[in-house]
Formats: sequence, C-alpha cells, structure tokens
Amino acid sequence: MKEKILQKLESQFKDHVQSVAEFRGELTIVIKKEAVLRVCRLIRDDEELAFDMLKDLCGTDCYRPNDRFEVVYNLYSLKNKFRLRLKLTVDETDLHVPSVTSVWPGADWHEREAYDMYGIIFDNHPDLRRIYMPEEFEYYPLRKDFPLMGIPGSLSLPPK
Amino acid sequence: MADNTREGFLTTRLEDIIRWARSNSLWPMPMGISCCAIEMMSFAGPRTDVARFGSEAFRFSPRQSDLMIVAGTVTYKMAHVVRKIYDQMPDPKWVIAMGACTSSGGMYRSYSVVQGIDLFVPVDVYVAGCPPRPDNLLKGLMEVQKRIKQGEDSRRKVYVGEMGVLAGD
Repeated sequence: MKEKILQKLESQFKDHVQSVAEFRGELTIVIKKEAVLRVCRLIRDDEELAFDMLKDLCGTDCYRPNDRFEVVYNLYSLKNKFRLRLKLTVDETDLHVPSVTSVWPGADWHEREAYDMYGIIFDNHPDLRRIYMPEEFEYYPLRKDFPLMGIPGSLSLPPK
Repeated sequence: MADNTREGFLTTRLEDIIRWARSNSLWPMPMGISCCAIEMMSFAGPRTDVARFGSEAFRFSPRQSDLMIVAGTVTYKMAHVVRKIYDQMPDPKWVIAMGACTSSGGMYRSYSVVQGIDLFVPVDVYVAGCPPRPDNLLKGLMEVQKRIKQGEDSRRKVYVGEMGVLAGD
C-alpha cells in the first residue's frame, strides 16, 4: 500500500512532495500547501487508494522562526483499511491554506477549529467563523505565545 | 400552647411560616453543565431522595424555580447564559455552587474557564468535591434551608466539605 501511494504521488506531484517518513507503521507525507487540493482529490478519487474518510484535521504550532504552523490531515481508506497522515507547513507571514471541504465535507468544523485556535485561514471555506471562542475574541489561544491564563479583559463576564 | 393545638390551630408569625414553607419547597433549576450533573441526578434519585426535603420538582424553566444548582465547569462563553437564567428566576432566589470547577475553576486554570462563578452571580453555598457526593450536595441544600429559616439578612457564605460544614464567613 505504501509503495502504491508513493508511486502515484511521485509520478504526478514530484515537486510537491517534501518528505516521507514512516514511524511504527504510520506513514506521514509532507506536501507543499499549493498542491494540497490536487493531492487530496487524487488520493480520494483514485480507485486503488480510495482515502474516502478524513478522520481528523488539526493545526499545530511548532513555534519556530520559519514555517511556524502545520496542518495535519489524518486520512483513512475504508476499502484498504489503511491510514495516512498528510502534513503541510504554514508560515506566519502567509496563513492562507486551501480548504479541503470540497473534497471531504467533514473538514468544515475541523478547519473552523484550526482557525479558532491558531488563526490559520482556510481559503474557500463555506463558513469560516470561530467555533469555540466568542466571536469578538481577538486572539488565538492555542498559539504557544498565548499565556495560559489568557489576556485579562479579553473575554467579557456579565455584570454582577 | 398545648390546649391550642388540641383545638386544631396554632399561632405563629406570618414571616416564620413563610420561611418554613419556602425552605421546604425549594424548586431547583438544574444548571447541569458537566460531570457534576450526574451526581446531581443521583441527588434527585431514589437513594439520596431529595423529595424528602421538598426539592424533587426540578424545573427546567427558570420562571418556576428558586434555587439554581450550578453543576459544572462554567466557561466565559457559558457565563452569560448562566447569568441570564439567574436573572430570569423570580425573587427570592438562592444559588448553590456545586463542585470545584464551579466554585473556583477547579483543575481548569485556563484562559477559557471562569475562576469561580461568584465573579458574576452571588453564591450562597459552595459544595466541595470533584464531583461532590450526592449526600454532600444534600448537605448543601440543607444549608440553604437553614439560611432561609434564619432570614434574608443572614447573608454569609457557607462552604460544605465532605465531612460537613467546613467554614462560614
């Protein structure tokens, strides 16, 4: 299965695959964010691969000078009973990532969560609003430079 | 007095009998937000049986209740809802803060959790535990009853621990 995935990706997206890693049977492929929509369509629609299920999508903050954020796509192929992790990096200066809601509609709320917690902007998302925090909140709480106890006065309480 | 009761009536002050009636018919508004709500259900169930204290009528409408039991972690987003429901309850009304999260934020020392609901609603009785045992919540209810019987002006905070009333200030 692994060879099949790599061979198909290499043949079509040679310049867009950044790295491939395997750890304890878990395959992780890092791709460039420009290609994410095309890669996702390929691995979903290809009859042999058939990654028809987006198990999870999340952001991470690696807190480093370049390529600070990552978006992680955990995929599953019901047909092959195989898991694949796709990753891409996002730099702080350009937080835009193409939305994969057109490929897997279930990505909707996951992308809203990543937007809410890290401020990653998913282009062409149907309804990109905060999902947990109040809409008037101005910060992204899961970023590593956000203080644990929050910023005083940033969240309102009802008057006593 | 003994003669009077034999005749079928007794004398009291109107204020006293109102307090007695109020304290024995506290209708709780179950503000069950998280896991404490499970213990609150047990508190209403057959083992602890809060009906013995006249509080079995859990009302999900704040208009019909006079005791709000806040059971669970209150986030800043939820705080506005809790306050709105408190405001909708008719006077006189009382509040029990059930459990560690509600009383102080508990283990959630975090940006999203209010560090104690007394920051935005007046609390009468704090019940300790994570979650408190149902009988401990019952003890909290009895403290509210005691407060009502003592009268409105005895506004002191009561802290109920696993071993009974810990302190009052």
